[in-house]
Amino acid sequence: MLIISNLKAAINEKNILKGVSLEVKAGEIHAIMGPNGSGKSTLAAVIAGRDLARITEGTVTFMGKNLLEMTPEERARQGLFLGFQYPIEIPGVSMMNFMKTAVNEQRKYKGLDPLSASDFLKIMREKKELVGIDSKLTNRSVNEGFSGGEKKKNEIFQMAMLEPKLAILDETDSGLDIDALRIVANGVNKLKTPDSSVIVITHYQRLLDFIIPDVVHVLYDGRIVRTAGKELALELEDKGYDWIRKEIETSGLS
Amino acid sequence: MENDQDKIINNVTSGEYKYGFHSDIEIDSIPKGLNEDVIRNISLRKEEPEWLLEYRLEAFRHWQTMTIPQWANLKIPDIDFQDIIYYAAPKKKQGGSQHANSIDPELKKTFEKLGIPLEEQNHLAGVAVDAVMDSVSVKTTFKEILAEEGIIFSSFSDAVKEYPDLVRRYLGTVVPHTDNFFAALNSAVFSDGSFCYIPKGVRCPMELSTYFRINAANTGQFERTLLIADEESYVSYLEGCTAPMRDENQLHAAIVEIIVENNAEVKYSTVQNWYPGDKEGKGGIFNFVTKRGLCRGENSKISWTQVETGSSITWKYPSCILKGDNSTGEFYSVAVTNNYQQADTGTKMIHIGRNTKSTIVSKGISAGHAQNSYRGLVRVLKKASGSRNFSQCDSLLLGDKCGAHTFPYIEVDNQTSIVEHEATTSKIGEDQIFYCNQRGISTEDAIGLIVNGYAREILNKLPMEFAVEAQKLLQISLEGSVG
Ligand SMILES: Nc1ncnc2c1ncn2[C@@H]1O[C@H](COP(=O)(O)OP(=O)(O)OP(=O)(O)O)[C@@H](O)[C@H]1O
Ligand SMILES: [Mg+2]
Repeated sequence: MLIISNLKAAINEKNILKGVSLEVKAGEIHAIMGPNGSGKSTLAAVIAGRDLARITEGTVTFMGKNLLEMTPEERARQGLFLGFQYPIEIPGVSMMNFMKTAVNEQRKYKGLDPLSASDFLKIMREKKELVGIDSKLTNRSVNEGFSGGEKKKNEIFQMAMLEPKLAILDETDSGLDIDALRIVANGVNKLKTPDSSVIVITHYQRLLDFIIPDVVHVLYDGRIVRTAGKELALELEDKGYDWIRKEIETSGLS
Repeated sequence: MENDQDKIINNVTSGEYKYGFHSDIEIDSIPKGLNEDVIRNISLRKEEPEWLLEYRLEAFRHWQTMTIPQWANLKIPDIDFQDIIYYAAPKKKQGGSQHANSIDPELKKTFEKLGIPLEEQNHLAGVAVDAVMDSVSVKTTFKEILAEEGIIFSSFSDAVKEYPDLVRRYLGTVVPHTDNFFAALNSAVFSDGSFCYIPKGVRCPMELSTYFRINAANTGQFERTLLIADEESYVSYLEGCTAPMRDENQLHAAIVEIIVENNAEVKYSTVQNWYPGDKEGKGGIFNFVTKRGLCRGENSKISWTQVETGSSITWKYPSCILKGDNSTGEFYSVAVTNNYQQADTGTKMIHIGRNTKSTIVSKGISAGHAQNSYRGLVRVLKKASGSRNFSQCDSLLLGDKCGAHTFPYIEVDNQTSIVEHEATTSKIGEDQIFYCNQRGISTEDAIGLIVNGYAREILNKLPMEFAVEAQKLLQISLEGSVG
């Protein structure tokens, strides 16, 4: 599904990603953890095609294609979805119109006709239920005046509408109350099919009780320094990142 | 609304000016140049009464003493007023009247291409049209149906012939010929336009509209609209305009006058889409327009809504004189400038009566190398106690080579009145565009969505048919503005 090898990227001449390698197979759930500022969101942004970071080395392959050659919208239309850590407000643009445009762009790319208004509304309704989002929100402008948690829910709603092959969820759990966390996690699990994959970026083991990862990575200072099973998350919860830092320092990697 | 917006996104495929074609229509025109003989010639061709010729000549003499206003934030190239044709009309076929049932098929085709069918049965339900090509009105639809309600809706020329007293009573009472350089010029040479009178107590059953088309080369268009809403009446009026693509600039200098009596209301909407010039700023219409409404009666109301996307230069300040007590003036505007377009537009709200209210919402959008200025005056006179104004001026910038400017003038001579002004400037965020991209929406479409969202408050004020058109226009006007 996704193969990243030796990816390096810089923002304003400062190296942020310092050689990331990662492979996500179809059907897998990966978690990426790591301290603040280690480059998790930057990695997600680079995969999604944001041109803020300059790629200096490495390759990214998505379903056999060179991802780095594609525009952000092409990546999206091929089934790549990014749940933003900080979702963006677009005043005056209704969620309905936004989603309809997005869904139909994707359909056009696949050679399908645009959805009729009634089909679209039907799908909206189904997905709203699936992720437990209130119509009060989907009737408003995109993220405008949404609370932190509402914005996160809205990301999952959009994911549900677009049915991505690979979803990268950047701290979708932060800001959610306990109930919302459960609903959102359930939504993600329900949306997952045997051949779609998810990367969750999170600081908390809590989320991983609901969305159970096959693999957990630790991103530290622009590098993946640990990769293991779901027990790694528990260990981090228990011990923090200090022990990792010490190990790296003694191995002289930094 | 939903569906329409979708259609718009799907329809828009190219950034070319869609209305830039020229129709091969034989025209009857007078030679270039401006002098008293030219004015007499225009008046003669239109078979006008003596008083109107005198009105024109007086305006012309006054105009000769004036110079082009320089106070606007515009770079106006020299205009050679002797190098313009002041009268051009599609040739009449076999001496028949323009308004006979047989319209020249070529004319009919032109307006059909513009989406303005002149056959009543084909027309958008509920919209009557006065179609003006160059210097004359070629057809006014639904005249008879409206007449049953006592509504007069006709070309200005016909009104002069059929209702000379009404025209004479109101012409120049809101915009006198001495008002400004372009108003004086228009008063001297105006050719056609629309006239509308809504009698007491009548709610006009359909939208009235005028569609202006410039077709002939080297010709200026100087139309005149006069709209009178008698007591307790209501009318919604629409105005649209387009012109062929040409390398030379063409001049358009119009006057709109509105008079509103007790408890009457006029809603005046414009979608201005004159040819804006090419990407390098070559060609395009110079649009110098004086629009003003007089709320003469108590509780009267005028609401201006404008979507300005065209013209290479726009100089335009639709205004309200709030004379009647409790009268209301509103100005809602979206002005888009791209490439090398320049716009200096806004409004004047003059509070004379007591408890008068005005609202100004202006949204400027600039891209490319364009300059976009809001210029507005709110004046509250001594006797206008308890009056209120609220102004909001927002500017949106696409790119860093364009400019947005705000020039609010506030003059308050009454202690009990409240005037509020808010202004914001924002840029379309890279992060907004990326957010859309990440959902599979291209950058062009993302800008369309964001800009339409930004202008939504204004677009919602337009009648439905126009709102759809206006949304399309906003998107088309801005195509190619972000690379
Ligand atoms: N636009 C930017 N300009 C300058 N530096 C940036 C920019 N974006 C990110 N950075 C820097 O890049 C580094 C990585 O940031 P990133 O957002 O990827 O971290 P993160 O791992 O997602 O952190 P968090 O857990 O706090 O979300 C940080 O040091 C950050 O300050
Ligand atoms: Mg982050």
